[in-house]
Amino acid sequence: MDSAAKSKSKNVHSSFRYDLMASLGHDYVQAAGPDDAVAGVQPKVIVAPANEQQLVEVLRRSNQAGVAVIPRGGGTKLGWGNPASRAQLVLSTVRMNEITEHAWADLTVSVDAGCTIQKLQETLAQHGQRLALDPLWPGKATVGGVLSTNDSGALRLRFGALRDLIIGVTLALPDGTLASSGGKVVKNVAGYDLPKLATGAFGTLGVITRAVFRLHPLPRSARSFSVTTTSSEETRRFIHAVQNSKLAHTALQARFESGAAPVVDILFEGTEAGLSAQHAHIKVLAETAPVAEASPEVWNARQDLWSFSKPESAAVAKISFLPAEIDRFMELISKSAKVRQLRWKAVAQATGIGWLRLQGDAMNMRDSLQDLREQFERSTGSLFVAYHPSGMASINTWGNTGDALPLMKSIKRQLDPKNTLNPGRFVGGI
Amino acid sequence: MDARILDELRAIVDGRGLIASPEELHTYECDGLTNFRVMPRAVLLPTSAEQVQAIVRVCHREKIPFVARGSGTGLSGGALPVENGIVISLARMNRILEVDFPNARAIVEPGVINLDVTARILHNEFFYAPDPSSQSICTIGGNVAENSGGAHCLKYGFTTTHVLGLEVVLPDGTLVHLGGKALDTPGYDLAGVFVGSEGTLGIATKITLRIVKRPECVRTLLAAFLSTNEAGAAVSGIIAAGMLPAAIEMMDNLAIQAAEAAVHANYPNCGGLLLVELDGPLAEVECLMTDVNEICRSNGASEIRLAQSDAERALVWKGRKAAFAAMGRISPNYIVQDGVIPRTALPKVMSEIVRLSSEAGLRVANVFHAGDGNLHPLVLYDRRIPGQEEAAEALSSNILELCIAAGGSITGEHGVGEDKKKMMSKMFAQPDLLTMQRVRNAFDPLQLSNPTKIFPTPRLCGEKPGEYTPHPSESAGLAERF
Repeated sequence: MDSAAKSKSKNVHSSFRYDLMASLGHDYVQAAGPDDAVAGVQPKVIVAPANEQQLVEVLRRSNQAGVAVIPRGGGTKLGWGNPASRAQLVLSTVRMNEITEHAWADLTVSVDAGCTIQKLQETLAQHGQRLALDPLWPGKATVGGVLSTNDSGALRLRFGALRDLIIGVTLALPDGTLASSGGKVVKNVAGYDLPKLATGAFGTLGVITRAVFRLHPLPRSARSFSVTTTSSEETRRFIHAVQNSKLAHTALQARFESGAAPVVDILFEGTEAGLSAQHAHIKVLAETAPVAEASPEVWNARQDLWSFSKPESAAVAKISFLPAEIDRFMELISKSAKVRQLRWKAVAQATGIGWLRLQGDAMNMRDSLQDLREQFERSTGSLFVAYHPSGMASINTWGNTGDALPLMKSIKRQLDPKNTLNPGRFVGGI
Repeated sequence: MDARILDELRAIVDGRGLIASPEELHTYECDGLTNFRVMPRAVLLPTSAEQVQAIVRVCHREKIPFVARGSGTGLSGGALPVENGIVISLARMNRILEVDFPNARAIVEPGVINLDVTARILHNEFFYAPDPSSQSICTIGGNVAENSGGAHCLKYGFTTTHVLGLEVVLPDGTLVHLGGKALDTPGYDLAGVFVGSEGTLGIATKITLRIVKRPECVRTLLAAFLSTNEAGAAVSGIIAAGMLPAAIEMMDNLAIQAAEAAVHANYPNCGGLLLVELDGPLAEVECLMTDVNEICRSNGASEIRLAQSDAERALVWKGRKAAFAAMGRISPNYIVQDGVIPRTALPKVMSEIVRLSSEAGLRVANVFHAGDGNLHPLVLYDRRIPGQEEAAEALSSNILELCIAAGGSITGEHGVGEDKKKMMSKMFAQPDLLTMQRVRNAFDPLQLSNPTKIFPTPRLCGEKPGEYTPHPSESAGLAERF
């Protein structure tokens, strides 16, 4: 861009900002500070609309003015994805946080995108219900952010991921369209399933303003057990035995760490009678491995991977693999870490989704992540780099997207033709 | 379509996979919704993804619309041929390509029959969970198109829950892979968008399914109530108690009579029959079954029966699954409806259905997937009596409007297809429908893949929601609407 164009663009932005202040009020249009940087890219302004109509208007005007928009909920996962190719306006949903309808007798809830998961769960718990999902940082993470990043935890084994829990969505598109799809009932096949399209789209197609979820009852009782195994192969065998049994477990994960024995955690929920019977059964399946009653804290293991003291020498990746190959992949990780002189820690779910933390030299971590990605992709899996130090030479966040990338780009062009939303952050440069 | 193109298509399917004679084409002029009939120009029966691609490329080049078809059991006209178009039947692509027990996956071609998947994996104590009532004849490809449900989707989820990956021939003939055998493939969840798109986004040629371990035990209970209101209250009680049964089904008296006449399921004769199925670990199920029993009793159940054997359980389900077809025993003609309501609206909607039914002078039998609020009112009529058919259609539409007004949906599992596209603008606002159309344009800019389904015609789309204007040919008595 030449200097004349640059100065023109700056003028557009200041008048644009003035317009926004006039309609939203000064308090809700603020200059962005260093803390608002998005994966190293500094936005100019933070806008927090009070409601859906305002959000649509801000988005529409930004799109018209060629201003790149970064939607933001609690900001807990804002660093995930590629750095934005442009980032001028952060569109915050912080003020749109109402739980509009908890139809508890119908086991559904309608909620605004800016509501935190914790506030949602607390409200649902008053009627003995929950959104059967255990995402990262529920105290800060919002419905919109969790949906956009498709974050799920250990409960996924039993209840599915967000795609299985969301039944309706309202999306604000850059051209000012506000579109709803799905509905308020669990069973519904009218029209395209756009709730699934919005889930995991990293805010690149539209801004989620509201969602409707199906709910599950809180369990009558719950018990967790941990089984310490001697090797990753034994871990696999035990997980397979549990999965292949008639047990009705809610969650099943394995924790691995350089230099330590792998531990398998299992969660049962239900009636006391059911829990006792299953506890007895698990002891049989574990054979000689010790089975210990565990604290519910073990289910925080995934989040605990994110607690590290030296951000410049840690990396975190989400991995996806075929569940029956868990031992092979853990061995690969272990070998790669050893060769590259890295410490590692992983939490792997029986669903085949896991999280890996590496610690050590940035370049070595990069090499290790790239080697491992190749191995995962070769067996239909994937490796997504969620966090890496700013000092690490650039690394492809997403990896290979396969032959559907042109189709994905075509969907992006249909819904966001001016590339206003989160430009460059998603797969294949979307 | 000129002879040159027909020859080109014939060559793709080795000569044997093309049907073009009028008498043979009659088989394909409708699906399970028999009121609509359109003769296709030709039917193609490819045996591989490459053949599907080649056929679709010809269609793309010549701008010939095409409709994919499985067994043709759909109830919304999704497989209804399009004027001057061809039908691509996937019936010959019926191989189960891979069963991977350690990873609980199966990879199948679209023409595989739903129940055949379970039959193939049962020896290892696995099953394929989605169980539409037509499961002994419908195909997985058709299930993918419609996002089919079934009685047990209350607990196990729908087809979309169980489809992890798809190989798809796009409407320009390109082959793409959506999702995959492992979870969370990077990128948009296009497998999630494709499932339930009713054949409008392309043709699935390979489907990766999740298979499920069979539960330790299954218990089925029948409870007889005075009316569907008491039965509905019992359902609410079961849900409020924090249980998630594998299935909760309800039938009203007329539906019970029909099922009895057809398959002698030995149902109690009552106003509202509840069928509750629990599955899971034995100790858990027995404990919860005691609670279900108590809840039914406290809501006034006059009779409670626990199926005592697998044979008895099978008979209970046979009656339920045969309920639609059984209507033929008590009425010459009937319309199957597929509305959804929030479960709590059941008493109100039921009493409205009773009112509408008596106003119209027509009987309505009711079969529900009560756990998830999916209603299947069956409007009974006699085509030979002048005016009854029109009255039945009007009543059927009015019932759907009740569902929309209650915050529900016009279809829970049968799809929109041809049948309900006119209702779409009552359920969705125009921006909603236009956004869906933009997604469709990304897959099929020329609108060749099942082009006339789901969405109202542009003229209807432009109308204000809530109003229905009859098509001019309908007003003139030249066309009918169902």
